[in-house]
Amino acid sequence: MHFELVVALRFLREGRFQTWLIIGGTTIGVAVVVFITALVAASQVNMIRRVLGTTAHISILPPEEVARPQRSAADPTVLPRVQARAQRLRSIDQWQPLMEALDRNPDILAVSPLVAGPAFAVRGDASRSVTVSGIDPVRFNRIFAITDKLAAGEFRVAPGEAVIGAVLAADLGIGLGDRFNLITERTGSAAPDAFTVTGLVDLGAREANRRAVYVGLRTAQALFDLPGGVSELDLKITDLFDADRVATALRAQTGLDVQAWMSTFEQLMTAINAQTITNRAIRAFVVIVVVLGIASVLVVSVVQKRREIGILRAMGASRSAIQRVFLLQGAIVALTGSLLGCLLAASWIAVFLHLIRNPDGTPLFPVEVDAWVYISAAVGAVVFGLLAAAVPARHAAELDPAQAIRM
Amino acid sequence: MPVPLIELSGVCKSYGVGTEVETEVLHGIDLTIAPGEFLALIGPSGSGKTTLLNLIGLLEPPTAGSYRFEGRETAQLGDGELTRLRAVGLGFVFQFHHLLPAFTATENVLMPGLIALGPVTAARREAAREVLRAVGLGDRLDYLPGKLSGGQQQRVAIARALSLAPPLVLADEPTGNLDTHTTDDIFALLRKFNAERGTAFLVVTHDPRLARRCDRIVELVDGRITRDAPNPSSADAATPD
Repeated sequence: MHFELVVALRFLREGRFQTWLIIGGTTIGVAVVVFITALVAASQVNMIRRVLGTTAHISILPPEEVARPQRSAADPTVLPRVQARAQRLRSIDQWQPLMEALDRNPDILAVSPLVAGPAFAVRGDASRSVTVSGIDPVRFNRIFAITDKLAAGEFRVAPGEAVIGAVLAADLGIGLGDRFNLITERTGSAAPDAFTVTGLVDLGAREANRRAVYVGLRTAQALFDLPGGVSELDLKITDLFDADRVATALRAQTGLDVQAWMSTFEQLMTAINAQTITNRAIRAFVVIVVVLGIASVLVVSVVQKRREIGILRAMGASRSAIQRVFLLQGAIVALTGSLLGCLLAASWIAVFLHLIRNPDGTPLFPVEVDAWVYISAAVGAVVFGLLAAAVPARHAAELDPAQAIRM
Repeated sequence: MPVPLIELSGVCKSYGVGTEVETEVLHGIDLTIAPGEFLALIGPSGSGKTTLLNLIGLLEPPTAGSYRFEGRETAQLGDGELTRLRAVGLGFVFQFHHLLPAFTATENVLMPGLIALGPVTAARREAAREVLRAVGLGDRLDYLPGKLSGGQQQRVAIARALSLAPPLVLADEPTGNLDTHTTDDIFALLRKFNAERGTAFLVVTHDPRLARRCDRIVELVDGRITRDAPNPSSADAATPD
């Protein structure tokens, strides 16, 4: 081993209590940072997923229809008052080639076509206003993991079959295998379409559970008189928080109305941003405290080790070698602390998941810690350890050996 | 005439230069040491002995005058070269408790080599043990300094000073806090290495009994050399008691 490392390790070992104290402080600091970061990230993703429910990361809609005045608006002699057009249900032009192109886009994980429209679900005297979603079950499941949200039955939407929200089923008093009717603008109440319930879903929000009716894509096309068309393409992208950028790019590419989830849930986004800023502030303060802690212990150590430093200098250790001895001590303390801190954080997370559960006993939400959180904690700790050691190390290097020995 | 080991001419040292309390501690020192010499530097407290030793030991620079080490003017050496010279050209034996307390006897002896030559090799480790055996500490190789008596600590310090076989060893009151018997042992050890290896020694002492056993006595009073003469009575000093 090299001189600097030998001496740095030995000084730390000699410091015993001091060394363990500061490694302990660093450990807790790093653990808090990793734990909070992991928890906030996981809770944000979880919260977004719950709030979004069956809202996609990005939705592609047909462009809005606009009324075109026959007269030029520039003509000063006429004041045209243009009434906005009522938006009827329309299909996205050429959606199949567009979907194929989106399938190949590396930013996009999954694409699901949707025909959605309003209807009444009727059984006997009871009727409820619902939103009928015609979907391709395989593609739809890739985005919304709907099979995980099944409360009963299976997610099967062959012709004549429907999967409905659990609350809607209760409202209508029906269960698996029972039949109900859907009335749409096209069918009218005279000739309703009959469906058999194959599954009940719990989407996590009462209102959604009261309105959800899933049928096959073709069924919905027939219900809403949109043969071969779709009213919406839903996208799942690789990075949830990248939705705005991807949406902007797609809008420019396709000329369609592309909406990212952030624009639909602005307030949620504001709350998430506030949480992120809070998390950053906490991390910054923890880092500052840890840096000050390491620095103060090393400052004391330099004072305690004045004579040793003088002896080492007399024996031919250069100023920069002495400086490196103390920089190394900072780095070693920080690295050890960060490794222990990562372990501690991992155990906290395990305990957290074990202790804090949903009423039904399932974990509150999955906390997956990216490897990069640990890696950046370790790398960051070394950088900040060196930073913390910089001042004491320079102080040690500048000691006058003749005076230091005389102490 | 061979190149002297060290050569000081007109060396002055002042502290607090440029302030109101500027004091000159050494006034125009001329001193030459040849390879293999055994000198005593004597003088009353405050005469500047330690300052002169620090100067020769390259721990602080002179404020005026010339200091040549093996013919090289030290004022022209950079910090790196001075550090290097301190590592391989000089050995230090301080008054007391100047071992590194966190390192064992062997590790203390290995330290100058670790600094100057890099990671310890098996050969250097064996050589360090050999020197420790030569100073009579063969059974204390892995003791921490705190577990050693004053005399034993000073032997470790001597072994350390000699570990890189420097041409000159500077010893500042090497027996200052030791009893008479131990003092004799330590001093005999220095003479032994001087005779066997040809290492030059400069020993600062205020013990006239020790000074009489050196080959040459330099006396410093108030920052001036007042006496520099061979010591006729040192003929028997080479023989250990």
